[in-house]
Amino acid sequence: MQMLQNSVGRKLVMAVTGLFLFLFVVVHLLGNSSVFMGADGINSYAEHLHALGPVVWIFRLVLLGLFALHIFFGIQLTLENRAAREIEYNEKKNLRTSFGARTMIYTGLIILAFLLYHLLHFTMHVTNPEISVGALAPDALGRADVFTMMVLSFQKFFISLVYVGAMVTLLLHLSHGVQSLFQTLGWLGANSLPVMEKVGRAAAVVIFAGFISIPVSILLGLINV
Amino acid sequence: MNLTLYVWRQNGPEDKGKLEQYEAKNVSPDSSFLEMLDEVNEELIEKGTDPIEFDNDCREGICGTCGCVVNGQPHGPQEQTTACQLHMRQFSDGDTLTLEPWRASAFPIIKDLAVDRSAMDNIIESGGYTSAYTGEVGEANQTLISKPDADYAMDAAECIGCGACVAACPNGSAMLFTSAKVAQLATLPQGKIEAAERVNGMTEAMLNAGFGNCSNHYECEASCPKGVSVKFIAKLNREYLKALPK
Ligand code: HEM
Ligand code: FES
Repeated sequence: MQMLQNSVGRKLVMAVTGLFLFLFVVVHLLGNSSVFMGADGINSYAEHLHALGPVVWIFRLVLLGLFALHIFFGIQLTLENRAAREIEYNEKKNLRTSFGARTMIYTGLIILAFLLYHLLHFTMHVTNPEISVGALAPDALGRADVFTMMVLSFQKFFISLVYVGAMVTLLLHLSHGVQSLFQTLGWLGANSLPVMEKVGRAAAVVIFAGFISIPVSILLGLINV
Repeated sequence: MNLTLYVWRQNGPEDKGKLEQYEAKNVSPDSSFLEMLDEVNEELIEKGTDPIEFDNDCREGICGTCGCVVNGQPHGPQEQTTACQLHMRQFSDGDTLTLEPWRASAFPIIKDLAVDRSAMDNIIESGGYTSAYTGEVGEANQTLISKPDADYAMDAAECIGCGACVAACPNGSAMLFTSAKVAQLATLPQGKIEAAERVNGMTEAMLNAGFGNCSNHYECEASCPKGVSVKFIAKLNREYLKALPK
């Protein structure tokens, strides 16, 4: 596997895994937005998802693999990049790069920490069992009541704050990451690069706004049990 | 005009080094940045102090030998200008200038502002050439090259190999330098033959020399005295993808 030792080869792994993680995030957002259709929306979405059985597990394993590769090479490349400048400048002026670009490793690691919390919260029902599926009664149609779990969770200000904060880091990560992956895959030229930088930032903002609209709507009482 | 300089002084690769303060007095706004340093050095020599070591050769902006980081920017504040072509009229009386060498683990410091850039030569030796047999001169126009391809290759060939891209990159990566050579040769018929070995060899040499990996900060393009575009980095990435199955 020559490619996994090469500088560009590993960047390509970052870009491809980043692209699929990005697509997952988009699909996840579309699925979650069924909460705006009330209990009927999200509860039936969740039921259909779980009815897929083994397919769900294949999907989860693929996702785990994507994350593992992305995180492993993200850390490895970052360590090499730091070693490439052992002595820092006393004064360094950056002209083009962005805050998002320079904090990829930090936003990445915060997303990872959030991911673990998110799984413990909504998938494994460990952090707030009293308001999670399992403790809550099934809905009128006998389905797991994901809707009530979401509403009761996000009515807690602190939980909403954690989710919104995590989405800020995702916003930063993607504001650099989206255009970066297109450049890494060699899909950009002198004219398309500045356009893609704007498109990438816009995509990051749309995803951010989409995700936070859920806890914000619940906190504002727009979605209620 | 009068300026205060803070200059990195380091006696050799093993020395620790530190910033020293100097005064540059009665500097003509028409003098070049390197001429200003020459004058400071003359004064230092008169005082019996070691002059400031800095690299330079053509002083015409074409050889790529000069360069130091001036107030945090490789080759100083003027866009697309080498340190030797930078004029003191870019500064004003009373300014403070901090001069530091290119900072990269792959560029050990020789003395003061002069760094050893043989790591870039190693990258070129690993594929930055075409193997051409010498012999009879060929027919003119025997090898046809389209105008857009010729222009594209010429733009890439503008790189003078000064190392400002490495100095500017937050990752100390030599991707702009490497990609300019890969893109230039991969675009021309003579270079297509060895395209796969070239991109593999040069990117491997880049990592082995201790340069970092590109993460698309684009600081390189912004600081390149020749305005070499990061579109060549995308081209290198395409060339690498093409070479993968080989
Ligand atoms: C939903 C989660 C995530 C998404 C959608 C995502 C997406 C992306 C994308 C699109 C890129 C750009 C790839 C390129 O430049 O070619 C990227 C880069 C990066 N990611 Fe992530 N990422 C996620 C999670 C993480 C995590 C958990 C880490 C933890 C280490 C991480 C660390 C990094 C680093 C360090 C880079 C920059 C690598 C470099 O350019 O050298 N990411 N990410
Ligand atoms: S001395 Fe030749 S480019 Fe500056």
